[in-house]
Amino acid sequence: MKISVDQTRCCGSGMCVLTDPDLFDQSDDDGTVVLLEEHPDAAHEASAKEAAGLCPAGAITIS
Amino acid sequence: MTELISEKLPTTRVNPFDPPPEIKQIRDQATISRLKFSDGHLGWLVTGHHQVREVLGSTKFTNDPAEHHLLEVRFQGEVPKERRKIKPGMFLNQDPPDHTRLRRMLQGQFTVRRMNQLSEWIGTIVDDQLKHLRSFDGRADLVQEFALPVPSLVICALLGVDYDERHRFQEDTAKLLSLNSTFEEAMAAMARIEDFMRELIVRKKANPGDDMISDLLATGEPTDEEASNMALLLLLAGHETTANMLGIGTFTLLQNPDQLKVLRDEPEIIDNAVEELMRYLSIIHFGPVRTATEDVEIDGHLIKAGDTVVMHVPGANRDPEKFPGNPEELDLRRPATGHVAFGHGIHQCLGQQLARIEMRIAFSKLFQEFPDLRLDTTPEEVPLRTDMGIYGVHALPVAWSA
Repeated sequence: MKISVDQTRCCGSGMCVLTDPDLFDQSDDDGTVVLLEEHPDAAHEASAKEAAGLCPAGAITIS
Repeated sequence: MTELISEKLPTTRVNPFDPPPEIKQIRDQATISRLKFSDGHLGWLVTGHHQVREVLGSTKFTNDPAEHHLLEVRFQGEVPKERRKIKPGMFLNQDPPDHTRLRRMLQGQFTVRRMNQLSEWIGTIVDDQLKHLRSFDGRADLVQEFALPVPSLVICALLGVDYDERHRFQEDTAKLLSLNSTFEEAMAAMARIEDFMRELIVRKKANPGDDMISDLLATGEPTDEEASNMALLLLLAGHETTANMLGIGTFTLLQNPDQLKVLRDEPEIIDNAVEELMRYLSIIHFGPVRTATEDVEIDGHLIKAGDTVVMHVPGANRDPEKFPGNPEELDLRRPATGHVAFGHGIHQCLGQQLARIEMRIAFSKLFQEFPDLRLDTTPEEVPLRTDMGIYGVHALPVAWSA
C-alpha cells in the first residue's frame, strides 16, 4: 500500500491526524497535511483507508 | 422517471431531537429530489449522506450567497431586494482561490496537535465553570451558567477578545442568527458586530497580545478589513456552535438515561460519544446551500449550471445507508465517524478539533461532577431554538443534590 497526499487540495481539517497520528501530521505553519509514512504496515492499512475516505478535500489517495 | 418535488422545505420539528419527519419520507423515496424556492426556482434537496458528500466535495459548486436562489425561511419571509455581496475576509462564503488563501492563514492555528495542547487549559476553564454552577445551590439554567460560558471563555481567550466585552457581540449575534429578525434588524446587528471587530483590530495593531488575532496581523498577510471579518467569523462560529451542542447534548443525554448510563459506566467512549451526539443532533435545521457553476451529474441526476442545491445535514446524518441499524436512535457505541455535522469539502469546519476537545472535556466533567444531574422542568417546557439558524435549547433548567 502506498499513501499519496496533495497539499494543494488539503484544507487542514485534521481528520487524517485524528484518524491515525502515526501516519499523518499537520504543518504548524498552514495546517496542511504532512505524510509521516508513505508505506503503512499492515496494522495501519485500515486507518490509512479510513483517513482517505474521511478527508473532506480528497487530498489523500491510496494505491 | 417521475421526480419527487417538494413545494416547500419542511422545517417543523415534531420532537426536540429529530429533523422534521417529512425529511425521512423524502430520503426514503429519493436521496436527491426537487425543491421549489421562494423566487420560483426549481432547485434540489439532497438528503442522502453519500450524495451530500458528493456535492460538498465537488469543485463545480459555488458557496457565494449572491449566486443562491432564496428560501423564505429567514427575515419573516421577506426576500431581500439586493443580494448580499461577500465582504473581504468572509472566507466561509468564498470560493478558491480567495478561500484557500484566507483559510490557510488560520489553519495552522487549529491543528489537532495545537488543540490537544489546549486540553489542560480547557479542563481548568470547565472546572471553574462547574464550580460556578455548583454555587447555584441545587438548580440553575445550564445554558447560561455552563454551556455558553465555556466555549465563550475559550474562544475569547484564543482570539484575544476581553470576555467582559461579550455584551458587545452576544446579543447582536442572537439577532443576526434569529430566523425572526427582519432583514433590516439582522443587517443592523451585523454592522454593530463589524464595528466592534474593526475597533478590536485597531487595538490589536497598537497593542499586540499572545493571541490568534495578533498572530494573524503579525503575518502582514490579510488586509485590515479581511482580518476583521476573519476574526468575526471565528468569534461567531466559536460561540454559537459548541454552546448549542453542550446545551442540547446534555438535554439529549438526560432524556436517554440508558445512554447516559453507558457513558457513566464506560467514560473512555467519550470521543465516540461526542461524534454520535454530533451525528444525532447536527444542530442546524438544514443546509449548507450550494449553486452549480456548471452542469454536473450527481448520483444520476443532472444538476444544471445555476441550480441551487440545499443539503440536509440532519437528514444525511440519519441515512441508514451510512448508519445502519437504527439511525433514528442515539447509540453512543455506534461507529459515528464520517457524519457530516461539521460539513464536508473545503469548507468543513475549521474549528472542529477545538469543538471536539471542548465537548469531550465539558460532557465528561459535567456528568462526573454532577452524577445526579436531572431536568428541572418537563421536557415539553424546555425552550427550543426552532427560531434560530443554529439549533439547540434557549435554556436548560437542571437540578442536582446540593
